[in-house]
Amino acid sequence: MKAAVLVFPGSNREGDVAQAIELVSGRKPQMVWHGDADLPKVDLIVVPGGFSYGDYLRCGAMAAQSPVMGEVKRRAGQGVPVLGICNGFQIVTEAGLLPGTLMRNAHLKFVCADVHLKVETSQSLFTSRYQAGQVIRVPVAHAEGNYFADDETLKRLEDRGQIAFRYCAPDGTVDGTGNPNGSIRDIAGVFNETKTVMGLMPHPENAVEPMFGGTDGKALFEGLVEALT
Amino acid sequence: MKARVHVTLKNGVLDPQGKAIGHSLNRLGFPEVGEVRQGKFIELELTETDKDKARQRLDEMCRKLLANTVIENYSIELVG
Repeated sequence: MKAAVLVFPGSNREGDVAQAIELVSGRKPQMVWHGDADLPKVDLIVVPGGFSYGDYLRCGAMAAQSPVMGEVKRRAGQGVPVLGICNGFQIVTEAGLLPGTLMRNAHLKFVCADVHLKVETSQSLFTSRYQAGQVIRVPVAHAEGNYFADDETLKRLEDRGQIAFRYCAPDGTVDGTGNPNGSIRDIAGVFNETKTVMGLMPHPENAVEPMFGGTDGKALFEGLVEALT
Repeated sequence: MKARVHVTLKNGVLDPQGKAIGHSLNRLGFPEVGEVRQGKFIELELTETDKDKARQRLDEMCRKLLANTVIENYSIELVG
């Protein structure tokens, strides 16, 4: 699997996700600077976490307009898989590749903690190595992760199975108790209509080695490698 | 020409920052303050001299970058 990881001024998890990808695929991803409209031909594009452009105006708003994102939109239109994590999720929603948006956390605090997620479907490139209904534990680290979409959009997401992960209690109960940021309907991650673009606030790339508190994020990358190699 | 753009959250979109500001004002001895909504104010200097054209371009700027129309409304005011 050939992967590209985008780098914006203010990105800070690009190294983490590059390491996770290399660990699982045995291949270093190519790091691509935001000013390059020249994106190499790859099987997967990753938009990593961080604070691109200092979160000016709105998180992800400036990065979404960068030269490289124009090319990412074009590739996504051709079906090239795109994974947006944390700030990357904010960027791909701002770029219009995913519905909804990420607002300031309801409690207004930065949250840095392990959360439990319920896998909503295994029917995607990104979640094929998980079971639907499985509970995984991965960290979050954000101040603007409060997912919001209007009722019509939410209904469409639910009807078409475009919700990837929901925050839940350790036993898998989805009732708001495991929700760290006020996200509507406990949504932690969503797909586009074709399920070739996924965005999520939690950091699966930081849960791939036992030494760092867990390995529940690893299956996401294993699924991608399996599907895209 | 100068333009002033106001970006505000749409009705029905929860505004936790506005709420926090409201609570603080209540605590500071302003019990008359009810709901508070926070927005953004952006002032732009334009080279365009035609008002209609300026308005049209500003509308495009708002839709492309200045506002996120999923959650925000915007209004444009031309000055001078």
